[in-house]
Amino acid sequence: MKLPSSILTGSDQFRANRAAHLAALDEIAQAAAQAAEGGGKAARDRHRARGKMPPRERVANLLDPGSPFLEIGATAAHGMYDDAAPCAGVIAGIGRIHGQECMVVCNDATVKGGTYFPMTVKKHLRAQEIAEANHLPCLYLVDSGGANLPQQDQVFPDRDHFGRIFYNQAQMSAKGIPQIAVVMGSCTAGGAYVPAMSDVTIIVRDQGTIFLAGPPLVKAATGEVVSAEDLGGGDVHTRLSGVADYLAEDDAHALALARRAVAQLNRRRPGSVQWQPPEDPAYDPDEILGAVPADLRTPYDIREVIARVVDGSRFDEFKPRFGETLVTGFAHVMGCPVGIVANNGVLFSESAVKGAHFIELCSQRHIPLVFLQNITGFMVGRKYENEGIARHGAKMVTAVATTAVPKITMLVGGSFGAGNYGMAGRAYSPRFLWTWPNSRISVMGGAQAAGVLATVKRDAMQRAGQDWSAEDEEDFKRPTIEMFEHQSHPLYASARLWDDGIIDPRRSREVLALSLSAALNAPIPDTRFGVFRM
Amino acid sequence: MFHTILIANRGEIAVRIMRTARSMGVRTVAVYSEADAGALHVELADHAVLIGGPAPRDSYLRGDAIIRAALETGAQAIHPGYGFLSENPDFVEAVEAAGLTFIGPSGRAIRAMGLKDAAKALMTDAGVPVVPGYHGDNQDPEHLSGAADAIGYPVLIKAVAGGGGKGMRKVLRPQDFDAALDSAKGEAATAFGNDAVLIEKFIQQPRHIEVQVFGDGEDAVHLFERDCSLQRRHQKVIEEAPAPGMTPEMRAAMGQAAVRAAQAIGYKGAGTVEFIVDGSRGLRPDGFWFMEMNTRLQVEHPVTEAITGVDLVEWQLRVAAGEPLPARQEDLSIRGHAFEARLYAEDVPAGFLPATGRLAHLAFPEGARADTGVREGDVISPWYDPMIAKVIVHGPTRASALNQLARALEETRVAGTVTNIAFLSRLARHEGFAAGQVDTGLIERDIDMLTAPPASDDALAQAIAVTAVLASADLPQGPLTGFALWSPLRRRIELAPAGGDTVQALVEVTGPDAAQVTLGAGAFAAQRGARGWAVAGFAPLPVVQADGAIHVFAPDGRGAVSFTALDPLQRAAGAAGGVDVTLSPMPGLVKAVFVTPGAVVAAGDRLCVLEAMKMEHTLIAGRDGTVAEILVADGAQVEAGAPLIRLEPEAEAP
Repeated sequence: MKLPSSILTGSDQFRANRAAHLAALDEIAQAAAQAAEGGGKAARDRHRARGKMPPRERVANLLDPGSPFLEIGATAAHGMYDDAAPCAGVIAGIGRIHGQECMVVCNDATVKGGTYFPMTVKKHLRAQEIAEANHLPCLYLVDSGGANLPQQDQVFPDRDHFGRIFYNQAQMSAKGIPQIAVVMGSCTAGGAYVPAMSDVTIIVRDQGTIFLAGPPLVKAATGEVVSAEDLGGGDVHTRLSGVADYLAEDDAHALALARRAVAQLNRRRPGSVQWQPPEDPAYDPDEILGAVPADLRTPYDIREVIARVVDGSRFDEFKPRFGETLVTGFAHVMGCPVGIVANNGVLFSESAVKGAHFIELCSQRHIPLVFLQNITGFMVGRKYENEGIARHGAKMVTAVATTAVPKITMLVGGSFGAGNYGMAGRAYSPRFLWTWPNSRISVMGGAQAAGVLATVKRDAMQRAGQDWSAEDEEDFKRPTIEMFEHQSHPLYASARLWDDGIIDPRRSREVLALSLSAALNAPIPDTRFGVFRM
Repeated sequence: MFHTILIANRGEIAVRIMRTARSMGVRTVAVYSEADAGALHVELADHAVLIGGPAPRDSYLRGDAIIRAALETGAQAIHPGYGFLSENPDFVEAVEAAGLTFIGPSGRAIRAMGLKDAAKALMTDAGVPVVPGYHGDNQDPEHLSGAADAIGYPVLIKAVAGGGGKGMRKVLRPQDFDAALDSAKGEAATAFGNDAVLIEKFIQQPRHIEVQVFGDGEDAVHLFERDCSLQRRHQKVIEEAPAPGMTPEMRAAMGQAAVRAAQAIGYKGAGTVEFIVDGSRGLRPDGFWFMEMNTRLQVEHPVTEAITGVDLVEWQLRVAAGEPLPARQEDLSIRGHAFEARLYAEDVPAGFLPATGRLAHLAFPEGARADTGVREGDVISPWYDPMIAKVIVHGPTRASALNQLARALEETRVAGTVTNIAFLSRLARHEGFAAGQVDTGLIERDIDMLTAPPASDDALAQAIAVTAVLASADLPQGPLTGFALWSPLRRRIELAPAGGDTVQALVEVTGPDAAQVTLGAGAFAAQRGARGWAVAGFAPLPVVQADGAIHVFAPDGRGAVSFTALDPLQRAAGAAGGVDVTLSPMPGLVKAVFVTPGAVVAAGDRLCVLEAMKMEHTLIAGRDGTVAEILVADGAQVEAGAPLIRLEPEAEAP
């Protein structure tokens, strides 16, 4: 049934909310625009002067005309490394090639020669993780000098460092997830394994090079003097070494060959869900900005958001009269059936149990889950601890952790404490995790954290017979509050890839639809839940 | 009525005859040449018979083969259409000798009108006014010169057996007469095998007005006049009915004269009596003279059909089947005004040279009658008349009909060959023509204005290029088209405009039906609606894509601007040695080959010459190299895309 709405679009409150959200959006948009610029104009001009296409143009020409591009980590590394690695030096996202959704990972050689910073590695691995979970063919547009040497300790040795890229390629290839590399520039040392480990590799003549050690290192090691082209150019690799399979004349030709390679994949989507014809929401998604309060502390009805996201604003709410702080129910997003789990206040025992029940239902029916997260946490206090809220919360966490249906999480407000776990936070491996510009994420609110620390200190001072003025207490609390404020900001979070990106709330529907569509490239298996603490 | 007829023709007239036959329940048999195996008239016929090779003399002029086809398919009658065998009395008699009916006049009537001087004598006897002149047998130059003096200068020398302007000379002064006579006779001898000429008074501001007649062998009626004054080198361009400025008195006089002419020869079927009219003093009943009679259905017959409501082909069939005249003179009346424009594949700027090509796109606007024998995808071959269609409009008044004609021409879309649409459009908007001030010299006088290239319009040129870019980008429709979280992707598109340098554009999707195109220094916003992409303030320009080409139609009817989308896969294949072989760019005749195997050529050197419809196309070497092989013989007829000359593969760079 169509959801009602009590939003007054002409109200001052609506306008004030909207203005605040637009200001927050503008900050993100600027950060994203800066990231999209890559290494700046001079580097881009040099890149172009070599006859190379700018990286985003490469992505565009690889994808189908007009293909949507669901970018991952669009503001990765924002504010990190003195802003030396815009977009973490690599573009990643899901787009369509001959109608097939693919994960594209494209080095940006205008950013420090495309070398891998820690966040570059993390982003590359995250893209592969998404590809593996959702069975998306991978296309690597390689133009990278390999590891960023000054940061080698943070990119080389650990499990989730550089070597994991090739491990993932091998694992995915073993699972039948195609790996295709297009060498459009350097591909040196460890990086040489990206094309070498791919199922199909294309290299651009007089431009792409693949070698374990470049000419300077070879000269240092053996004294042999050799040009880059003769050492590992396109001609050598397609004619002599067999490291690459197709020789392209230029970038455009290479991308056309990669598209042709995808056309030969012979993949079919599993028919996991019953699609319906898509339908616009009855309420304009644009109204989300005015409907959602600017201040996280102001409660509002999450159904106002659901009404502006789902098809026809129709929502079949499950168990509406029980555990009302958690809203659960069925809907469609651009034709795809979903089960929605959305916070509408603090989690109580009943809400958690209801959530677990609903997740069981969706798992049984193979319906993807969408979590709309706006959670300050589970209810605290003696009554609740004594009735076993931890036990009930654990049921929901177990259900979230072990369900086999695709989970997509969207942070539409606060994400604090254990509520993050119950609502499919990053640690629960949702297929995608998106955040709104107004969202905040931390173990608890800054004020609460400062309050906890202040309480501990005051108790200690009182035991020591010391006095603590209210003014001193405020001075003590301020740095904690400020630190939490800074670290819980979505740009801080997204820079570190705690999520897959910040989105415009008005496009939530499209983002969900594209996420769902990508997720449904993998079959939905039956779920086997863990032990529920009863 | 016949149950089956054979149509001894091709193209639009064959199709047009079939349409009426079909509506009357008459089965149709088409004949076709090897070049027309896939033609529309073959497809539409109930039965089709191959009668020979592409050259008309091997097929459409082979009366024996056509009569045999009729006999073998059970056809009872043969409709000749126009041209080919339509006015050949021997053919008429052969058809009748074979026991078949010829849908048209008797051989005797055709013969009577075939020789112009004899025809004029006949008309004089019948009381039909003829142009003062000498139509006698005495071809002595002295005598002819004397006749010219008697008629009074200026005079016209015309070949007796002539037509289409061949063997015709205008002489302004007596001292020029001898030279003009020599040249006219020479041309007549070559063209018709008969150098006899006649001398006529040259009418100062002549108009060509003809009267449609119809006879049943005894009685005859007229279906009013057509004005065919808009001519270029004696070829009709736009025809109309009725004639502008016509008075009831003159119409009655001309109609009666035409009916007398038809009756004088016992005419049966559709015919046209052509008159020359002195337009210098307005139309007056004493100012028209018989020129000749065409004993067939005319190309421009549809304008008469439009204003009278008569289907002339239906009348032809009924009368040929023995019925009396379907209407009496008093039953016939004029309703409104009609125009016909002849749409040709021809290169107007190159001097109206006939053109060839494959019709990548062909569409006519609603509301106009388009008689055509070709479809989208068909080839305008060098073998036949390059007419694409006749566009016919009918309106309550001349002004309204003329507006419709202009509009219909501007909305007629042809891609794949050059056409005369822009020329016709200019003519339809010509002020003098609009005012009804027509005469046969109008086009020649204003030829520069009518054929001038369109004023350069940078904004339009850019909108055309952007439209082509968007067509090439081929953006799908839907809410997710071009979706991006923050930074829209910009896709690079490369296009080669016909005859121009490759242009590179970036296309950025700014909404499901909105895009921004960066082209050169400009950025152009475009919005997609039901009719396509509206670019920078222009209404959506019609665009079609066919054979890897993109054709954008400019709003003023000047025709398609064509682009080729560059496919990187194709381009790379070209770079890998595709230029080794020189291909024929169009169907034509290999006139000369300038190189032999082993010859060393430089890029730009002439390799061979291809002749296609009077145009010589020189094919040049695309790069330096050595000729490996000549793949065609001198004089060979080749198709478009045929390999002609192969160069040795390029040596690998050291």
